[in-house]
Amino acid sequence: MDRVALFVLSVLVIASAIVVIRHKNPVVSAIGLAFNLVAIAGFYMLLGAQFVGLLQIIVYAGAIMVLILFVIMLLNLREEALPHPAGTFQRVLAPLATLAFTGVIGRALWTASPSTFPAAAAGYGTADSVGKALFTNYFYPFEAISLLLLVAMVGAVLLSKRRLP
Amino acid sequence: MDPRIVLLVSALLFSLGVLGVLTRRGAITILMCVELMLNAGNLAFIAFARAAGTAEAQVYVFFIMTLAAAEAAVGLAIVIALFRLRETTDVDEIHLLKW
Amino acid sequence: MLKLIPWIAILPLVGVAVNGLFGKRLPRRTVGLIGCGVVLASFLLSCGATFELSRLPEDARHYETSLGAWLPLGPAGAHGEEVTIDWGFALDPLSAIMILVVTGVGFLIHVYSTGYMAHEDGFHRFFVYINLFMAMMLTLVLGSNLLVTFVGWEGVGLCSYLLIGFFYDRPFDARTGLSCADAGRKAFIVNRIGDFAFVIGMLYLVTVFGTLDYRGVTQAIAAAGEGRHALLVAVGILLFVGACGKSAQIPLYVWLPDAMAGPTPVSALIHAATMVTAGVYMVTRMSGLYVHAPEAMAVIAAVGAGTALFAATMGITATDIKKVLAYSTVSQLGYMFAAAGVGAYVAAIFHLMTHAFFKALLFLGAGSVIHGQEGQQDITKMGGLKAKMPVTFMTFMAATLAIAGIVPFAGFFSKDEILWGAFSSGKGIVWGVLAVAAALTAFYMFRLAFLVFFGSYRGDRHTFDHAHESPRSMTLPLVVLAVLSVVGGWIGIPKALTGGADLNVFHHWLAPAVATAHESAEAAHGAGLELSLMAVALGIALAGIAAAFVVYRQREGMAASVASTFRPVYTLWRNLYWVDELYEAVILKPFYAVSRFFAGFDRWVVDGLVNAAGVVTEITGQLVKLFQTGYVRNYALLFLMGVVAILVYFAMV
Repeated sequence: MDRVALFVLSVLVIASAIVVIRHKNPVVSAIGLAFNLVAIAGFYMLLGAQFVGLLQIIVYAGAIMVLILFVIMLLNLREEALPHPAGTFQRVLAPLATLAFTGVIGRALWTASPSTFPAAAAGYGTADSVGKALFTNYFYPFEAISLLLLVAMVGAVLLSKRRLP
Repeated sequence: MDPRIVLLVSALLFSLGVLGVLTRRGAITILMCVELMLNAGNLAFIAFARAAGTAEAQVYVFFIMTLAAAEAAVGLAIVIALFRLRETTDVDEIHLLKW
Repeated sequence: MLKLIPWIAILPLVGVAVNGLFGKRLPRRTVGLIGCGVVLASFLLSCGATFELSRLPEDARHYETSLGAWLPLGPAGAHGEEVTIDWGFALDPLSAIMILVVTGVGFLIHVYSTGYMAHEDGFHRFFVYINLFMAMMLTLVLGSNLLVTFVGWEGVGLCSYLLIGFFYDRPFDARTGLSCADAGRKAFIVNRIGDFAFVIGMLYLVTVFGTLDYRGVTQAIAAAGEGRHALLVAVGILLFVGACGKSAQIPLYVWLPDAMAGPTPVSALIHAATMVTAGVYMVTRMSGLYVHAPEAMAVIAAVGAGTALFAATMGITATDIKKVLAYSTVSQLGYMFAAAGVGAYVAAIFHLMTHAFFKALLFLGAGSVIHGQEGQQDITKMGGLKAKMPVTFMTFMAATLAIAGIVPFAGFFSKDEILWGAFSSGKGIVWGVLAVAAALTAFYMFRLAFLVFFGSYRGDRHTFDHAHESPRSMTLPLVVLAVLSVVGGWIGIPKALTGGADLNVFHHWLAPAVATAHESAEAAHGAGLELSLMAVALGIALAGIAAAFVVYRQREGMAASVASTFRPVYTLWRNLYWVDELYEAVILKPFYAVSRFFAGFDRWVVDGLVNAAGVVTEITGQLVKLFQTGYVRNYALLFLMGVVAILVYFAMV
């Protein structure tokens, strides 16, 4: 059962990623991204991290995607042309570099990981356990990140304000 | 279930994200590819968390997600400001720092 | 007063300072007074010091003082002891004679200059320079070691340059295209060549013997004995080459005729009486070395005698009054070196002294002649001036008789002693050459006298009408020098003439201070031989005068017909053996070519390398700039490539 779910989710993730990076229409890319995010959430669930998975759907697939789509609509983006020869250098090297990169990372991760998952502890991945960790060990980062959000909000507003004549 | 598969998927997803950043011309699309990369990182984190059995990595993921949200917001605000100035989101049009 | 001998050299520097700093603003009279006054003070001080010296017993007539240590040279010499050179000043009979001559004749020339230079710009500059010259010359003479002497040696070379090129913006010689400034430079550079040899000689001395002090060197050489013979000969020749440069002997004499570009008092002071005699002084000073190096002495005698004859031939055909005197000076210096070379050091200094008197007189007289004719120097355009300038004429004749060696004038005694010294030392060939030179000397000097003062004026009528005797400031020194030219030799009358009574004061005074190569042969060869040689010398001189009379006075046009009969010889002499042209072709032109090569090398290779560094940087910059395309995507790609590189590196490690 798990293996099937794994397989399906993997395919979904990869396929939607390919859509994101290849489709000309930005709206279609955005939808692709949404699918990708949901699939990732599925992965989280599969791996037992329910709380985070839920968060993924609410925050990422919910809020961020909406925001992105919003801006796409606001700017009324049309289909964009695929890369033009602003770099033959770019066109040749980018895939090559990426390939090399993949190889290195893949190999590194493959050798670093164990071959099976151990059994999960009870209460693993619940809001309970994550919350406990968050509000005790990682209290300061938690407060810091709320401050960060505040700053980001202010910054976003300031940056997109229309200049008054 | 093999953690290595999950990690492989994560690596692949990240590379696709990188390829997208290098290849696409629209600013917003590039931001979307950056989200892909972030997600790939998150996936790797969760896989390792499961392998270790602690809640820590999940806390990290929590933070990364928050950060991603903030970053998306600010990034989009920049794109809007740029669009107002240049009437385009094509990053190739913004090359004033050429020598 | 002996303690004050450094002041003899320092006093003229006071004149330099005052006239140098304030001379432009002071009236000419004051400048002249200061300039002459300091030299007079030096002269009086010299008299006093000499007098005190004479009170000392004969074998202890040496006084030394030092102004402090100068150069610590580190270990040197036979035992490797620490050597330090001092600012040493010393007085002994030899330097006493020199300072009296230098300050005495110098003073007279300073007085003369106040008259001669009265109408020139740069009057105060002239006095600054000749006072500086006096200071340097006196340092040269009073130095107790070779290095202090060398300071003076270089200093007089500098002053010579400054004074020859005094009229720095005037052209000089139409034939060679030299300007006065060029002539000054020529003098300095030729001097320098000699100085180079001099320094090497000094270095040898100080490293081998550990001292440059005259007495120290003499003692060390005497102690070292025969072991160092080759070195002594080498040093002797090196020092002599330095003397050749300073005293205008072959092959470094070429600067002296061109030095006539300077004002006439300069020629009188520097190139007749003092600077050019520095070489003779130095050789005599180092007699302690030369007596142990007979080969070096032979070289000196040969060069001296050769130069005496060589220069005399060139004087016969010269037409500029000062140039005739210049060649005469070179020739007479040759006499002095020949004397030193055969070991007759006393005779050499005796002739130095008398030569100072009559040669200075000749130059000053020439200056007076030129001054009276408003600048005319060509003797072919002169004549019959004896009526117009009586005082100049009489004094000039006195000097001419002296230089020709007619008894009882000063030149007779000194020249005769040299000839006797050459003959009695066994070097008959030296005697022969000098005798021929004596004949030629008499000939060309009387030629000069006849052409300038006798006959009828051959130049511009207007100039003749305005020709006048010079003012008192100029004629008074002439008279004083004339008197000295007559009586100056009487302090050195040889025994042969006095019938046994020893009246040779000069010899007694000087002999203890110089080394003797061989026992004076006065006793060995009896008086008869000496007297007959004296008669021969006198006869030679009279023959020369007679010849001059015949050629230049008796018949019109005789000179021209003689010249055309011996046309090749005449041309050779008239063109000065083309020596200057030879130097130009053989030495100067290759040197210029090498210099041009190095200039080009500097410009293209050295500068090229430096510029290349800049160009390389620039090109690198141009290459690197291509990375900055402005496209964000390219930058992102570069990030990725960097990351891949780092990852690969860590994966390897």
